[in-house]
Amino acid sequence: MANPSTGRRPTTPPDPRTPTAASPLSPPPGRAGGAGSAESVGVSLGVGSAGGAGSGEGSPSPRPLAIQAEDFSFWYGKTQALQGISLDVPAQRVTALIGPSGCGKSTFLRSINRMNDLIPGTRHTGRILLDGESVHSTERDVVELRKRVGMVFQKSNPFPKSIYENVAYGARVNGLVSTRAEMDALVENSLRRAALWDEVKDRLPRSALGLSGGQQQRLCIARALAVSPDVILMDEPASALDPLATQKIEELIHELKDDYTILIVTHNMQQAARVSDFTAFFFMGELVEVGRTEEIFTNPRKEQTEAYITGRFG
Amino acid sequence: MNQVMLGLTGVAAVLVVIPLLLIFQYLLSAGAGAINLDFFTQLPAPVGETGGGMANALLGTLFLVLLAGALGIPLAVGAGVFLAEGGRSPLATAVRFTADVMNGIPSIVVGIFVWAWVVVSMGRFSMLAGGIALAVMLLPMVTRTTEEMVRLVPKELKEGGIALGLTRWRTTLGIVLPAAKSGILTGVLVALARIAGETAPLLFTAFGNPFWEWRLNEPISALPLLIYQYAISPYDEWHRLAWAAALVLIGLVLTVSLVSRFLIRNPYRQS
Repeated sequence: MANPSTGRRPTTPPDPRTPTAASPLSPPPGRAGGAGSAESVGVSLGVGSAGGAGSGEGSPSPRPLAIQAEDFSFWYGKTQALQGISLDVPAQRVTALIGPSGCGKSTFLRSINRMNDLIPGTRHTGRILLDGESVHSTERDVVELRKRVGMVFQKSNPFPKSIYENVAYGARVNGLVSTRAEMDALVENSLRRAALWDEVKDRLPRSALGLSGGQQQRLCIARALAVSPDVILMDEPASALDPLATQKIEELIHELKDDYTILIVTHNMQQAARVSDFTAFFFMGELVEVGRTEEIFTNPRKEQTEAYITGRFG
Repeated sequence: MNQVMLGLTGVAAVLVVIPLLLIFQYLLSAGAGAINLDFFTQLPAPVGETGGGMANALLGTLFLVLLAGALGIPLAVGAGVFLAEGGRSPLATAVRFTADVMNGIPSIVVGIFVWAWVVVSMGRFSMLAGGIALAVMLLPMVTRTTEEMVRLVPKELKEGGIALGLTRWRTTLGIVLPAAKSGILTGVLVALARIAGETAPLLFTAFGNPFWEWRLNEPISALPLLIYQYAISPYDEWHRLAWAAALVLIGLVLTVSLVSRFLIRNPYRQS
């Protein structure tokens, strides 16, 4: 993290999706390496049983990987929710997790920042790596992990505090800023990044619970941004919102992906197609298929994937 | 059939509030006449003299309730949070069951218990013993309301804190408790109003005191004690004062109830 105190990152980088742009984004320090140029080369995403990373086509991964799941399985008590998931999540891209209810996509998402730790009687095998280190490793401080991996929930959950305090609270408790002026700047910056500043700048001391549903959800995004995460997990962030508010969230995701690695769980196929660069299809606790979003949606390799995205089941 | 049920339940509802209305009507007619400035500022007058007031008993009740609150509320809120967060652990189950049993203990038994443990060992009746007795009454009430209120906080709110990198205790203290605070406050006020009117736990503990005396280790007066004492006396003047004291006491309790009702109307909202 270049500047942990404000979370500010370059706001207008060259569009990395332009095939001719030769690696405009140098990989941030600390991310899993092996990456450099070759933006134009197709991204290989490992799908498979064990051993995940790099087991796909064998070509070197052209992008830094933020998250790698390696044969990750998960149980709630005796019920197995995930079966040997191996998935590489490229940094600074949007990866959508789709699949019918109960397929394990939310469980996978909540395993990354270890929210499932709160549920008694769960266990896992395999690994999920963040920057090459297992999120479950004993050296890993779970509080640090959650600071680096922000989360936005299905139901917007602003704290029963003022708008200002909602954004400031995490940063203050985590000791990210020391002066009032720095905090003001951090709050403004985070709200701007969440495209909410103009709507709330005159009512910062008012309760966050007076905001509309869409505003509350963007406030929750601002709150997550304020602690300077590298990864943002979104669990159906727009499923409770009207189309206009949904559109705003999607535009926001689009803007944030240059600076953050985003994983989004969604039930909305169009949304996955609109916002994501990569799509992973989960079914019955297994990862069926993963690839570039346009490929998954236009030319899926597995019959199950095609059946799901065309609405024949799920 | 719907009409019949509606009628029956409606009649029941009206009958339920009739005792309160009758009590009020009677207290007003019997006690209002004895309420004047002296009542709130003077010590009780000796038998035979007219006038005098209950200032010491009013203040005594205030002190006893504050003392009981200071002793009991932190404990009860802490225990309530533990019950809400500790879920189904054996300890939580045991504490929850015990709190429910405690809630059902007759208040006179609490009085005797505190007399045996505190008054006997201290060798004297005291404000401290009265405060402890009232605190024991308050504990199960506030513990259980706190638990209920903390449980009502949506789990998404807690997850929001945890996901932000807050530790569990930080989340509980900084997010869950503030979200539950209006409910907890209401429970606390209702419990304080309840114990303010308790007589039996004070009979053998605070004991009563006709003078200005505010020391922890001295007996202290309280409105319910004075009401009891005056009501069983043979003097008409004291009977009138007892009615007046009862009116004041019920007025206090009613005020607290109304305040708490107002608080619960605005859950979560601030400024």
